[in-house]
Amino acid sequence: MSTALPTPPEPASVRDDEAWERLYLERTWAPKKGLIGWLSEVHHTEIGKRYIITAFVFFLLGGVEALLMRWQLSGPEKQLMGPDLYNQVFTMHGSTMMFLFAVPMMEGVGLYLVPLMIGTRNAAFPRLNAFGYWTYLIGGVLLYGGFLLNVGPDAGWFSYVPLAGPQYSPGKRVDIWAQMITFTELAGLAGAVNLIVTVFKHRAPGMSLNRMPLFVWAMLVKSFMVVFAMPAVMVASTCLAMDRLIGTHFFNPAEGGDALLWQHLFWFFGHPEVYIIFIPALGMLSSILAVFTRRQVFGYLPVVLSMVSIGFIGFGLWVHHMFATGLPQLGQSFFTAASLMVALPSGVQIFCWLATLWGGRLWLRLPLYWVLAFFAVFVTGGLSGVMLGTYSVDQQVHDTYFVVAHFHYVLIGGAVFPLFGGLYYWFPKLTGRMLGERLGKWNFWTFFIGFNLTFFPLHHLGMMGMPRRVYTYGVDRGWQSLNLLATAGAVIMAVSITLLLLNIFWSLKRGEVAGNDPWGADTLEWSTTSPPPSYNFLHLPTVRGRYARWTAAEDQPVVTGVRSDRKEVLVTRLLDAAPDHRAELPGPTLWPLWVALATGVMFVMVIFTPWGIVVGGVLLFITLTGWFWPRPPYKEELAPEQPS
Amino acid sequence: MRRLPLLLLACTGCGGLRMLDARGPHVERLRSLWDLLFLISAVVLAAVVLTMLGALLRRRGGSRSQVPEVEAHSVPPGGEGARPVDAARERRMGRAVGAAAVVTLVVLFVITVANASTGAALARLRSPDALEVQVVGHQWWWEFRVQDADPSRNLVTANELHVPVGRPVILKLNSRDVIHSFWVPELTNKRDLIPGQQNTLELQADRPGVFKGQCYEFCGMQHAKMGFVVVAEAPEQFEAWREHQLQPAPPPTDAVAQRGQQVFLQGPCALCHAISGTDAAASTGPNLTHVASRSTLAAGTLPFDRGHLAGWILNAQSLKPGNNMPAITLPPDDLHALLVYLESLK
Repeated sequence: MSTALPTPPEPASVRDDEAWERLYLERTWAPKKGLIGWLSEVHHTEIGKRYIITAFVFFLLGGVEALLMRWQLSGPEKQLMGPDLYNQVFTMHGSTMMFLFAVPMMEGVGLYLVPLMIGTRNAAFPRLNAFGYWTYLIGGVLLYGGFLLNVGPDAGWFSYVPLAGPQYSPGKRVDIWAQMITFTELAGLAGAVNLIVTVFKHRAPGMSLNRMPLFVWAMLVKSFMVVFAMPAVMVASTCLAMDRLIGTHFFNPAEGGDALLWQHLFWFFGHPEVYIIFIPALGMLSSILAVFTRRQVFGYLPVVLSMVSIGFIGFGLWVHHMFATGLPQLGQSFFTAASLMVALPSGVQIFCWLATLWGGRLWLRLPLYWVLAFFAVFVTGGLSGVMLGTYSVDQQVHDTYFVVAHFHYVLIGGAVFPLFGGLYYWFPKLTGRMLGERLGKWNFWTFFIGFNLTFFPLHHLGMMGMPRRVYTYGVDRGWQSLNLLATAGAVIMAVSITLLLLNIFWSLKRGEVAGNDPWGADTLEWSTTSPPPSYNFLHLPTVRGRYARWTAAEDQPVVTGVRSDRKEVLVTRLLDAAPDHRAELPGPTLWPLWVALATGVMFVMVIFTPWGIVVGGVLLFITLTGWFWPRPPYKEELAPEQPS
Repeated sequence: MRRLPLLLLACTGCGGLRMLDARGPHVERLRSLWDLLFLISAVVLAAVVLTMLGALLRRRGGSRSQVPEVEAHSVPPGGEGARPVDAARERRMGRAVGAAAVVTLVVLFVITVANASTGAALARLRSPDALEVQVVGHQWWWEFRVQDADPSRNLVTANELHVPVGRPVILKLNSRDVIHSFWVPELTNKRDLIPGQQNTLELQADRPGVFKGQCYEFCGMQHAKMGFVVVAEAPEQFEAWREHQLQPAPPPTDAVAQRGQQVFLQGPCALCHAISGTDAAASTGPNLTHVASRSTLAAGTLPFDRGHLAGWILNAQSLKPGNNMPAITLPPDDLHALLVYLESLK
């Protein structure tokens, strides 16, 4: 609520309407100053950047854990870590990469880009956005704080019961893990709801559903998947916490519970989770491909439909993670068929991209390098996925290093390669400067080579019988040479990430100045300055075709008449994005932070005493009341008059 | 496609893939399905990478630094730098994508059918005269109970299972604590051991040999060291082994061994372990009746010899940190006697 506008300059002295409006918008949307201002920030570009940077830090931490594990496994009977520490490290690696890196990173990229791509000024629920970020941060700090205090979880990122239950994992380790899950899923849900409403109601006039950029489609599908998948794991982790803290027996077979119930709940979330990470990456790839082949992505409708059907089918095949649990025959056949079915839309997606490549004029810049590498890497992972989704084969390689190889090909190939491509592509928009080309090529080639060197041998190790999640192995198993090779690859990957960091820091200061649209791109985020101003667009754009910027190359039509002295945005209709009404969005406030902290106090205290519910409940009541306390409507008298 | 030669190289370099090195009918069936899937995968990967490289070689956009012109039929007249799209080519690409989707569908169907027929073939392998073994998973060791039609001939052993060559073995899997998973790469497929649930798995060895197995589901601190050995031997040898295992432990013959037995029975050992023919009958740890007939210690992770045995008794935690065997303090004489006694338990 920016009610106290400074006195505007004399209308007579301002000749240029546009300059006048820009001034107004700056004053209306400018963030508050100082630390308080930083903490109360709710603008989507700022929240998105925080998500991205925080997730990147967790990516680095997860990478260090991966290096430690690879070092430990580089030879038989290595003594770098004992089993207790190793089990914590691999649990931290999995939990970090899945819960603290991949999903929040995609969330952050979406929150940053989607409002820009659909031509609006902020996300639909700015304060919910801030709340989501703070809970995510608290979850991450909780997990790493626990790890540093030697209460890092050690039952795996999947925390199978009964191992993770009260009897076989006494202490607080698994409790901390379970609470961290709840936090990050709260953030995930907040972000997802926000994106769905933003996409449905805040698109620029003319951007009907069938003109939305593919990235926005991807984010929409991903957000719906979050809404349906995350509650499953929140229910599961809450049941686990209750088993552990107040003696319920959801998962205790001795008391009528069921150990497999956990696996069903967990994988009903866990498999869609992979697509929650992968589908935004599909959107990034489509964005990059359109720009670097200089044509539209071949087959807009099939591509959208494949993303939607991957989203649906993704919920129907979780049981292939449980093929070794002894399923009845019909279950095996059904879930094999369902698992194979997802290969069809994935295939169609890939074929459409190949057609795009085939029919375009390739502009071989770094973002495209990562996309091309994605093809080789991801298809390899997808094919081993078909093998693992086939019941009879899975019974052999399940829970061996073959699986480790497979999902690193899928997740690094399907998410990290596109993310790095996206980083090279959108870095100019975020920072106003280009990432260095020469270091970028070194970064790319070392990563590509190091990745394949690390993970390809693991297929082979799995077929030789090496189990997952072992801290050591005997000299007599014959696994050492391939493990050594994989460790060498991991070191090369680490070098590559170091090069990337150097490139980022160097380019932030000295990179080539980018300008609004260095790539000649087609989506709306490139029509504003780099980085975008706090109000995103001087005039809200309107859209005349699927590739908004290319379609409107002559003169970009805009909406005028939205007030610039309030945080006002245009709300449009769901299907055709015809303008509906104007709405005012809330501004910066500290309340989301206080609510997140109250949630944190409750969830952390509950680990130690049931009184946590009471204390946290009171704090939540107070902070939520503060957040939603009715405020007087906008004070009309303070608003300056619009110049004529 | 660059990877196929690498894989083949790796195959020759490491003396075969154990999973594909089938030593029994179950793994042979699975192997032919595996070969089919591997072939399909290699062809698909080759096709995708070659198409991509083809596109890369075919149509470079000219100068690398200049932004090439946009090609899109939705660009209205006057759109900057637009080039008309070749409609015939777009149609050809549409047909190619459609054809590729149909091929994908057919291939997936073939895989589904092959999977189902493999499952049916595995089910047909069951035979009525199979040997039944109950496998119980413990943190972190394996209990094998070889069953017989005559219940008095049931025997209990740990971490080393003998099976007759050529005869199917039905494994009834269960767990005492957390979830474990049973797999011998050359002989079986994989199946979990779940508390509160009994799973069944078949196994058959066609040739004699010693095969390593291990736990494949993360089961806590010492998941890495939860191994076992399967010894496949001729039926006569197996019967001899069974007869021998059915005997109670041989009584100690000399004074040292007798002293060792006393140390065992009076010390903490008997609180967890059983030796048939003595008063020790606990079942927390592995049954030690014929412990000296086994080739390994500590669930398949150490060779069975006096040095390792002594080390294990005195400080099992240093050899396998976190396992449930406490450190035992014994005077040297007692230790010596205990070792002699345990080594006599052939």
